[in-house]
Amino acid sequence: MQRIGVFVCWCGSNIAGTVDVKAVAEALKNEPGVVYSANYQYMCSQAGQNMIIEAVKEHKLTGIVVCSCSPRMHEATFRKTAEAAGLNPYMVEIANIREQCSWVHKDMATGTEKAIILGKAAVAKVNLNAPLTPGESPVTKRALVIGGGIAGIQTALDIAEAGFPVDIVEKNPTIGGKMAQLDKTFPTLDCAACILTPKMVDVAQHEKIRIFSYSEVEDVTGFVGNFDVKIKKRARFVKEDVCTGCGACVEKCPMKKIPNEFNLGMNNRTAIYIPFAQAVPKVATIDANACNMIKNGKCGICSKVCTAGAIDYTQKDEIISEKYGAIVVATGFNPISMDKFDEFAYNQSKDVITSLEFERLTNAAGPTAGKLLRPSDLEHPHTIVFVQCVGSRCASCAEKGKEYCSKICCMYTAKHAMLTRDKYPDTEVYVFYIDVRTPGKNFDEFYRRAVEEYGVKYIKGMVGKVSPEGKKLKVQASDLLNNKQIKIDADLVVLAAAIEPDKSARPLATKLTASMDTNDFFTEAHPKLRPVESPTAGVFLSGACQGPKDIPETVSQASAAAAKVIGLLVKDKLKGNPCVARSNELMCNGCSSCERVCPYGAITYEDKEFRMPDRTTKVRRIAKVNPAVCQGCGACTVACPSGAMDLQGFANNQIMAEVDAICK
Amino acid sequence: MDNNLLKEELIRISGAKPVKCMSCGKCSATCPAYEQMEYHPHQFVNMIANGDIEPLLNSKSIYKCLTCFACVDRCPRGVEPAKLVEAVRLVSVRKQGNNHLTANDIPQLLDEEIPQQALVSAFRKYTK
Repeated sequence: MQRIGVFVCWCGSNIAGTVDVKAVAEALKNEPGVVYSANYQYMCSQAGQNMIIEAVKEHKLTGIVVCSCSPRMHEATFRKTAEAAGLNPYMVEIANIREQCSWVHKDMATGTEKAIILGKAAVAKVNLNAPLTPGESPVTKRALVIGGGIAGIQTALDIAEAGFPVDIVEKNPTIGGKMAQLDKTFPTLDCAACILTPKMVDVAQHEKIRIFSYSEVEDVTGFVGNFDVKIKKRARFVKEDVCTGCGACVEKCPMKKIPNEFNLGMNNRTAIYIPFAQAVPKVATIDANACNMIKNGKCGICSKVCTAGAIDYTQKDEIISEKYGAIVVATGFNPISMDKFDEFAYNQSKDVITSLEFERLTNAAGPTAGKLLRPSDLEHPHTIVFVQCVGSRCASCAEKGKEYCSKICCMYTAKHAMLTRDKYPDTEVYVFYIDVRTPGKNFDEFYRRAVEEYGVKYIKGMVGKVSPEGKKLKVQASDLLNNKQIKIDADLVVLAAAIEPDKSARPLATKLTASMDTNDFFTEAHPKLRPVESPTAGVFLSGACQGPKDIPETVSQASAAAAKVIGLLVKDKLKGNPCVARSNELMCNGCSSCERVCPYGAITYEDKEFRMPDRTTKVRRIAKVNPAVCQGCGACTVACPSGAMDLQGFANNQIMAEVDAICK
Repeated sequence: MDNNLLKEELIRISGAKPVKCMSCGKCSATCPAYEQMEYHPHQFVNMIANGDIEPLLNSKSIYKCLTCFACVDRCPRGVEPAKLVEAVRLVSVRKQGNNHLTANDIPQLLDEEIPQQALVSAFRKYTK
């Protein structure tokens, strides 16, 4: 028989306001097994915890029931308290009389009645609790970073600096991500390449970092500390370790009309290409869909001009298997497609561009060598209209835009407008905004400078229609503060397109069993207190894959994720959760029902010899649970037709005892 | 009628949701009848949300709206301003207590040149 102590918490007035805590403590005193019952203002405080420790010693308690807040809040706290008092931490049960009771009831009598019932259920469960000991698993001291943008780069550098090996998997031929495409960065206007490319070089030269470029994650199995990952290294038809990046092949390649992704299709590249001069690794890649040699065996010029002998037309995709202790997702974002926004004529005129295209147009390494020229006729635009919130904050058009605010557009639009006025003071610059959202260090000052010092015309209102007429773009818009509809003849229209998570994120989340929200952003373990961890143990989040972010925020989160990874990798062993499934091998009939429902692949089967009553032996197929992989979801216990599967800490008889106590 | 009751009635008739408006002005930016209107689509939304409806009822603007639904199509929040204009129009017409068009009138009015939508719109406009 257990000796149970009940401790009822007031939580100040949070619980005591709608629950008569003294009556609860009094009522639970008479429950079977209860030998001690008390109430206190703040059970989680030092004094409250000491009260529990004293009671355990004085009354020789073997089990504890704390009637307080949600176990999510303080279960870990009270388990530690029990441990300090010499009890097994799994002999503690929490009755949630705050979130599920005092906070939802207004009437003291009902609240108290419910609190007593919840307490009774917890007591009934503790009566059946058994001490549990968590298992241990080793930690592979290597991290995987998926995505090689600024988020992935920063995370990888920080982990590597702490002395752990890191692999970066990047789907493009080079790392660098979106930041490599930008011109200047707000709010200090330093050039993106000048601050990013040295970091890319650091990554390339770091002895602890390996880069798998032009590669994708193919498969992930295992669990925190022990992930097995298959990486698909796509054939680039160039030997990475031989190519010197001299560019002779690029110069001679006859296929010169392939849209250049790096410049968003605003100019062309060759079939064999290096995305940009500072690419890392600086290695050529052959676009198999464009190369004549690969498509029909006619050409081979690049292999003739390559003095290093790096071209290999027979290269095949390669699968690399590696073990990792932690995985960081840094898959980033993309601007959404403007195809469905007919009103802005994006598909009708080359002079309606997105903000990322504008970045390339003003970038010294871009298609116009940094001169702001309109794409249609390469003339200098004199009137430029910027439109904010294109596809952002769009609640009624899920098929077109996004309901959330993309967060970065207000600042980069202010930057574009300011830089344009700075370089070309003869240009009229209009910015149409709904709200200007510039919270951030030196951000609002930056936007005000665009208005006050650079004379950018900010107009409160939205553009309703853009129609190309001759060489001009007729822009019809609202000026809400003056209650006017205005018409502007513009030379260039720049759309601040909403941003969305990269398309590779959703299939990756499935492979990682990491959760996502409806917008395909990765979900964090806690929106405030665990913002860089995924709810899936061992998976961490870095950058815009978790939500829209600018560069300063991305870098902060990247370093935070690295800190969490380092905290995991320094451990030699990980303590598991003992509340996992266990199969009773005498009852198991080997039907595979549990294996089929297990979302974590924790169940395997083995053939085991059993001695039969007639002294013969018989080999039977039985289920076996890997406690390190099992997350304790309980799906198998429900699926098992013979009742062989049970969840430790949440056994069927414990749950039934709770239900009985509630219904009594 | 009390302004709040009137507001409720407009929202009920139209099925539109002025509370969803984020004041971007795209409705007025896209409106082809803007110059002819004393009160513009975004003002209809805002004034109805504030219960300031009397000026709208007395304005010619309610007959200038073409019911082209451009504002409904373009509104990023699904506010449906044209339906609100329509609702004000209905309230005004009902106030006068007259039916200007009945279902029986329609066959004689049918003309291949007139778009079906205009007829339906007119029917809704002038019938209780």
